Amino acid sequence: MSRALVTELLRANLPARSLITDPKALKPYETDGLTAIRELPWLVALPETVQQVEAVVRICRSHGVPIVARGAGTGLSGGARPHKDGIVLGLSKLNKILEVDVDNCVARVQPGVRNQAISDASAKHGLYYAPDPSSQIACSIGGNVAENSGGVHCLKYGLTVHNVVGLEVLTVDGNFLELGGKGLDSPGYDLLALLSGSEGMLGIVTEVTVRLLPKPPEKRVILAAFHEVKAAADVVGNIIGHGLIPAGLEMMDRLAIEAAEDYVHAGYPREAAAILLCELDGIEAEVESNVTFVLRLLEDGGAYDVRVAVEPEEQALFWLGRKAAFPAMGRISPDYYCMDGTIPRTRLSEVLESIEQLSRHYGLRVANVFHAGDGNLHPLILYDANQPGQLERTEEMGGKILELCVAVGGSVTGEHGVGVEKLDQMCSQFSAAELDQFHRLKEAFDPELLLNPGKAIPSLSRCSEIGGMHIHGGKLPFPHIERF
Amino acid sequence: MHGDSDQQDRLVEAVAEAYEEQLPLQIVGSGSKVFLTEPTTPDSRVDPGKLLSIAEHSGVVEYRPEELVITARAGTTLKELEQQLAREGQMLPFEPPRFSGAGTLGGAVASGLSGPGRPWYGALRDAVLGVEMINGRGEFLRFGGQVMKNVAGYDVSRLQAGAFGSLGVLLSASIKTLPKPVAELSCIFELEAGAALAKLRAWAQLPLPITATCYVDNQLRVRLSGAESAVLWAVDQIEGDVINAEAFWSQLRNHDIDFFRKEGKLWRMSLPPSTPLTDEPTMIEWSGALRWVYSEKALFDWAGQQGGYALPFNGDYSTQSFLWSDQELHKRIKRAFDPAEILNPCRVC
Repeated sequence: MSRALVTELLRANLPARSLITDPKALKPYETDGLTAIRELPWLVALPETVQQVEAVVRICRSHGVPIVARGAGTGLSGGARPHKDGIVLGLSKLNKILEVDVDNCVARVQPGVRNQAISDASAKHGLYYAPDPSSQIACSIGGNVAENSGGVHCLKYGLTVHNVVGLEVLTVDGNFLELGGKGLDSPGYDLLALLSGSEGMLGIVTEVTVRLLPKPPEKRVILAAFHEVKAAADVVGNIIGHGLIPAGLEMMDRLAIEAAEDYVHAGYPREAAAILLCELDGIEAEVESNVTFVLRLLEDGGAYDVRVAVEPEEQALFWLGRKAAFPAMGRISPDYYCMDGTIPRTRLSEVLESIEQLSRHYGLRVANVFHAGDGNLHPLILYDANQPGQLERTEEMGGKILELCVAVGGSVTGEHGVGVEKLDQMCSQFSAAELDQFHRLKEAFDPELLLNPGKAIPSLSRCSEIGGMHIHGGKLPFPHIERF
Repeated sequence: MHGDSDQQDRLVEAVAEAYEEQLPLQIVGSGSKVFLTEPTTPDSRVDPGKLLSIAEHSGVVEYRPEELVITARAGTTLKELEQQLAREGQMLPFEPPRFSGAGTLGGAVASGLSGPGRPWYGALRDAVLGVEMINGRGEFLRFGGQVMKNVAGYDVSRLQAGAFGSLGVLLSASIKTLPKPVAELSCIFELEAGAALAKLRAWAQLPLPITATCYVDNQLRVRLSGAESAVLWAVDQIEGDVINAEAFWSQLRNHDIDFFRKEGKLWRMSLPPSTPLTDEPTMIEWSGALRWVYSEKALFDWAGQQGGYALPFNGDYSTQSFLWSDQELHKRIKRAFDPAEILNPCRVC
């Protein structure tokens, strides 16, 4: 591959403003939201039309150049980390909302459209796009598809895969796949589901059709404080076990509460061991009766301070602390490492106890913030990268937390993706045959492995090197490691 | 019917042997949906293969109602599964059809068909959280899991939904369940099809607790589910006559209403919900997004022009493959799982 030749070909097909080659200008692209991992690409292409995307893919394919697709770069697992011999294909300039089709309750948008912009454009029709990852102001819908992003409200409204009805995908061999549309079913294999969360490894998303929902007329946000983490965790199971699916059900522990409180002054009870935030939405009568029901469960479950936010300003304040939890960590620790494991809800308090023990063992503080309703944990390990060995200890401890999630029947990632970050942990979640099947599937789309190579699925040799694979049949990986 | 029986080892062995000998296998559960995929004129060049029954591989493996997940072996009958769920006040959100009352979990996942509540409760594939399966090389594989959120690896579990067993022999599936609604009421309207479609589309933009709609024979039925207060409020909003339609929804789901017994060629069309109506006899479900039409004309092109697709439902599924957006890619995916093409070779040719 000749870089000069490829650059020249790209120049012939793209406007000058769409190509970045100056090392200084390339700097912002060396990492995504997982900033610990960096790699400078040799070129960034920012096409403005789908035809230009097609040209970039065609040129790269014929010269064997790896392509790393990138949306807004807010991903947290290094999925958009550049390839040292490849280009970054940034889709942020494909940012047009092509259509808000009110009759069919869908919006057709380009991949670079921001998540929040879809809801903004639909608001005047009383409609909105439900999945709301914390980064929704910045993150793009194309990136949401690549990661199958969740968010606070996916407990009731589902993940990206449940809310996307159509995709136009450019395959590496230059074909456009039309998957789904404005209807609800599509013929053939469910490639729409397969592409969701495929981390840019199977194709380049060039258009997305999302389902819009009518905005619920009423909502309430309940904040409940507990003296014990376990009590809060048990109430979570109780609410859902009683057949109620709140729009959101979030939990924070003391360290997270304190940090958030210092940062945004949301009025959280600082002395609480844990708080729950529960959002209930729907029509007024329904919301009222659900609030009454949840309040009773909270009281029975030992909540000592319960507040109900009725006014939008107060609701926003309740959520503010939760949404600011990650940046708040930056104030109490030089660095933090965010995990994303999922577990069965019923194992919540047990897993939290084990994380606490790991925290003591490694001498690293952990703040817990999580989507409790769907068992998606975001333990934040606090560390200082300037202290020798701390990053390594942090990563080791993070790995242990994820292995713990797998051991109780969960997954190493609920919504942030594998990227480069969790490749090792994938070895503990999947057997060699399963990983091999993933690789075969990848090759069906991309035989030359040009799309985001090396991400999401570890090579079999990597897994055998780290010495751990296979947990099936009740056998735990890494038998030499102490279990909690 | 078969109760609790683990046939995993036998099934893995059978597939491994077939792979070794390059002999095709025809996977069957209760056989209730064979008509969906069987060509009316069998292609003599394709050996349908030896029968591989998963019906005996049955039983609920794990059910924790508070987790909203049930894991069951593929041969478990839908009837048994739904009875277990009902005892805990839960249900399968996607309401899979039980043709002639039969059907297994494996067959439901393989065919990917969802019932009347699909636009509101989600499709079958939406509820698939994980699978255990055997690929065409006789390897036991497990994808997904029992948790709601899981983005580790490609979503091979959901890929099995609607693949008609062509990518693997399903051994078990973990399915998201839902609490049954506290209250449910149905309303009926007598009106023309065009007026019904207009109503449906207007309602779709409002926060109404609708969970099923069906327009057939000049009658529009609407199911409202949720908290009692919400359902009563919605009845007022849509100004319908309340009827008892529980039996109707169940018969509709199982294709056990008169509309499905008419003479002629029946088409199932998935369309953008506001697609205009045609003159042919039509039943409308999914708030407009699913149309059943009797027509002697082929409707493939028409549905395609509307941005949807049509499937002949009572016979001749041999035309199915030409609907696929990219046949070459489909074949490569098939071979990635089943290199010798031994799994259900007649289902997805």
